[in-house]
Amino acid sequence: MIGADLAILTPEIVLSLFAMAGLMGAVYTTKDGLAPALTWGTAILFVIMAFYIGVTGEGNRIAFDGMFVDDAFSRFAKITILLSAAAILVISQDYMVKTDLLRFEFPMLIVLAVVGMMIMVSAGDLIALYMGLELQSLALYVVASLRRDSVRSTEAGLKYFVLGALSSGLLLYGASLTYGFAGTTQFGGIIEAAQGEMPLGLLFGLVFILAGLAFKVSAAPFHMWTPDVYEGSPTPITALFATAPKVAAMALFARVVHDAFGGVIGDWQQIVVFLSIVSMFLGAIAAIGQTDIKRLMAYSSISHMGFALMGLAAGTAAGVEAMLIYMAIYVAMNIGTFAFILTMERDGRHVTEISSLSAFASKEPTKAMAILILMFSLAGVPPLLGFFGKYAVLLAAVDAGLIWLAVAGVIASVIGAFYYIRVVYLMYFGEAREGLDGRMGLMQYAGLLVMAAVLILGAVPGINLFGIEAPAQSAAAMLIR
Amino acid sequence: MTIGLEHYLTVAAALFVIGIFGIFLNRKNVIIILMSLELMLLSVNINMVAFSSYLGDLTGQVFTLFILTVAAAEAAIGLAILVCFFRNRGTVDVEAVDNLKG
Repeated sequence: MIGADLAILTPEIVLSLFAMAGLMGAVYTTKDGLAPALTWGTAILFVIMAFYIGVTGEGNRIAFDGMFVDDAFSRFAKITILLSAAAILVISQDYMVKTDLLRFEFPMLIVLAVVGMMIMVSAGDLIALYMGLELQSLALYVVASLRRDSVRSTEAGLKYFVLGALSSGLLLYGASLTYGFAGTTQFGGIIEAAQGEMPLGLLFGLVFILAGLAFKVSAAPFHMWTPDVYEGSPTPITALFATAPKVAAMALFARVVHDAFGGVIGDWQQIVVFLSIVSMFLGAIAAIGQTDIKRLMAYSSISHMGFALMGLAAGTAAGVEAMLIYMAIYVAMNIGTFAFILTMERDGRHVTEISSLSAFASKEPTKAMAILILMFSLAGVPPLLGFFGKYAVLLAAVDAGLIWLAVAGVIASVIGAFYYIRVVYLMYFGEAREGLDGRMGLMQYAGLLVMAAVLILGAVPGINLFGIEAPAQSAAAMLIR
Repeated sequence: MTIGLEHYLTVAAALFVIGIFGIFLNRKNVIIILMSLELMLLSVNINMVAFSSYLGDLTGQVFTLFILTVAAAEAAIGLAILVCFFRNRGTVDVEAVDNLKG
């Protein structure tokens, strides 16, 4: 029944139609004059769709013969993706106007990227997986080089494109081997073929697919594009890269390893453990020498992906639940931090040197306090939310018998705390010199303060992580049968 | 000698490896990287069609059509970004892609 199938895809279809209508409407009318309205409209539509998915979604629905799956897991990921993309659009608008970057293509490309992410997390088939991944990636390659008159932005786009296309190629080669040795592209069929002793071809397929996905989540040793792309892209784009695509790629990772290869956990567990441990340590150690805050956030996100992968490495429902909670908290921390980074400027120019934060606290005590909370939460200091995310994944790893991995995680987290605390140290005890003098817009200020408040309040006993635990639990239960 | 599945898989694997080496060993021109990326995707297509014919299942050929379409879109976007880069930098040397350290 095509009608019933289309009804399941309503959010994706509405967003695609909106993107096409927005592009045509803007081209035939005032072009960039429509950009602010389109940006706001996109953000509002994202929030509406997130509510629509949250309210109407129930049970486990399958469309197009298993190509597209709508279950609690995909809904959790979609709501996180939509809300974080909406938040990024809202906080980035002032920056885009100030730097003359607010073109109407910007919100529309983000809509298309978000549609791609929604298809990724709902994929029930290698073809749907590939199409969603490419829709997301192609839109993101373009936004990375959005400032097309700047060498740095186009170079970031070029690097992202080459390495992203390479990773798609690896993933696709793995998909072809998987198809050949499992005889089907559907996850439901692959899981039947991948039981017990896997054929060697299927194992190769799994390894190639995981390598491609590790590129997308920027897990070490496939992380090399991340710092350059984060540094070179316009800051709002960096903020986007750090949030929604990471959630989508991590959710896709979880779906592939559990839905398609859930019968051979032992085979992929060691790969994921390796990715996790290398990412945690590389992110923690390489960030120490950074002087640019965007590069620092890049290494920080590599390290955080290592922790999220630790939850996945557990291979249990508790592990997937911990991973989902970790990603939601990670996104909240990044939105708050980037709301501030977007407004870092001196003499009307955007600066990203960490040293410019020196003695910031004496000038702006409230903002400095909010950043202190965000940095401590990113480092995982209790009682902030970031600690509970880390605690959940460490607990899942210990319960799954990966005690040494959890110990390594704690060590990496202590090393990583150094550079977050260095930022705080600079703000409070750094030498006073020519610092930041920019004003913060209302939206960025709200983003910074709300996220800082969320990170404190989430841990209060009555609030319990704002109730995301129960949906994350049912999402994880859906994935692991 | 009959040409069987393994011959096709060998050709595809060889092309795929040539594509990867083309990306990492080439120190001259970004255009060559784009060609290598295309080669990787085409080797996957050979794999897909060979498996599809071997299994007697059409899914692989449908997948191939999707890959061809996406490869065309990817080449268009890659060339567009490269043109922007060329306008700013005046060259498409791989060595020139070095403004961001790393």
